[in-house]
Amino acid sequence: MNPEGLLRWFVAGRRHALPLLALLAVGFAAPLFAVIAFSFAPPRTFSPWQTPGLTNYETIFAETYYQSFAWSLALALITVIILAAICYPLAYGLAKVFGKWANAVTLVLVLPLFVSENLRLYGWILFFIKNGVLLGTLKYLFGIEPESWLFTPAMTIFGMVYVYLPFMLFPMTLGVSMVPRETVEAAADLGANRLQVFYEVELPLAMPGIIIGCLLTFVLAVGAIAEAKVIGGQSVIPIVHDIEIAFTYSQNWPLGAALAVLLMLVVGALVLVVLRRFDLDRILKRG
Amino acid sequence: MTGQTSQGMKALLWAWALAIAVFLYLPTICGAIASFGASRYFLFPVPNWGLSWYEKTFNSIEIHQLLKTSLLIAFMVTIISVVIAFFGALAFARYDWRGRSIYQKLVLLPIFFPQSVLGLALLLWFNALGLQMSWATAVFAHLVWIVPVVTLVITIQVYSFDPALEEAAYDLGANRWQVLREVTLPVLWPGIFSGCLFAFLLSWGNFPLSLFTTGADTTVPEYLYAKMVAGYTPGVPVLGTVSTVGAGLILFGGYFVIWVLRNRRTG
Repeated sequence: MNPEGLLRWFVAGRRHALPLLALLAVGFAAPLFAVIAFSFAPPRTFSPWQTPGLTNYETIFAETYYQSFAWSLALALITVIILAAICYPLAYGLAKVFGKWANAVTLVLVLPLFVSENLRLYGWILFFIKNGVLLGTLKYLFGIEPESWLFTPAMTIFGMVYVYLPFMLFPMTLGVSMVPRETVEAAADLGANRLQVFYEVELPLAMPGIIIGCLLTFVLAVGAIAEAKVIGGQSVIPIVHDIEIAFTYSQNWPLGAALAVLLMLVVGALVLVVLRRFDLDRILKRG
Repeated sequence: MTGQTSQGMKALLWAWALAIAVFLYLPTICGAIASFGASRYFLFPVPNWGLSWYEKTFNSIEIHQLLKTSLLIAFMVTIISVVIAFFGALAFARYDWRGRSIYQKLVLLPIFFPQSVLGLALLLWFNALGLQMSWATAVFAHLVWIVPVVTLVITIQVYSFDPALEEAAYDLGANRWQVLREVTLPVLWPGIFSGCLFAFLLSWGNFPLSLFTTGADTTVPEYLYAKMVAGYTPGVPVLGTVSTVGAGLILFGGYFVIWVLRNRRTG
């Protein structure tokens, strides 16, 4: 390309995008390729520069790793469903009802994002543990001592709902704020009842934000590990736990890499299929 | 009446918001309660209160080192990510160019990705390059995830920015540097400031990326996790509470400053 052509190709937009794209190339794309390369290395080796083979994948399919995959996908799905139900009324409030207070409420709800999830989950241990805040109060007031609910699969889901709530809430709020008030009023004037307005006007118009919220929550929840470990007491073993074990205790990096590749395939396929259909300009531009 | 939200409905929505806020903050409150206990083990109702664990925690040289490492990483991440994200956001929303819609989706990919897996991937990549893990590799790891988030935060501000302002300044004879300093930056500063807050706080609270990429250096969340798993002392809720309150002060203080400045400008 001649200098002039190069200059024309290098328009302002591309020029401004360059630092970010360089970061993503070196910090995101390259590491993913490193994982893929590692997954084909012989088991228990520590360098990707070797004769590739499929041993790790054979090991995975021969053993019971599918159980961890199933657990992770199931937990993530349940989390998404619960969160969608919990967050919709709040997103509606933030977008349509709370008015000038919406920003203050948003700040209050966003703060937990900045505290590491381990720490916040640990607070739940203090709450639910024997002689903790809940059971201690019951014992003190009523003299009863029920069993603690900690360290069960249900607690794992509770923890995931807790940790991922903001990731569902904020995209959903953007979605609900895309619903024009006039459209809702018009539907009501034309005789639609509340339920009809919700199903036929509000929900479809808010759908892009809702889907992005569900997708983000699902993807992050599939990669969840802290909830099962800290308050689930390892009653459930999610896939990232297996990956971590491979990298730490069993010192089998290539096996861990192969598991990570399979997880990335699931997540990547889902994200690419869903995101392709969206016009991000429309979602992020606030009315 | 469907278009207008009724009073009863409003009250219900507020009650729901309050319930969720309590749900979000309950563990933090439990941690704060535990931090003010005087005994080695947590009991509720707390038998005797005291600040002894605060004293022990803040006289510890180990804790000072942790805070220093965490702050260093968070500062570096804030500065670098806001510069990259500022230009990234202009490319995202201000300029129209071929390839923009693909770019917009590429930016989102690191956000839509399990962080623990990203941390591991970066560990493998640094290892393949023969790099030694330290706070510097952790800064890089944080950037991969935080720059896209900050880009989105600034982007929302850029959407409300009228490019005609820049063009008018050029027409009046301003050069590129003057336009940036006198027009673009002042108009976008609330977004940039929000971006700074997000970058700092997300780095400060990050665990999954730090876990794999800090090497011998340790951040506050890593230390807390190690102590939770083995060797709990009330120092854990103490440090946790201080870290949470610090994050809260930065967040609310930061937005209070924005609010005051904005009121002064319009008033």
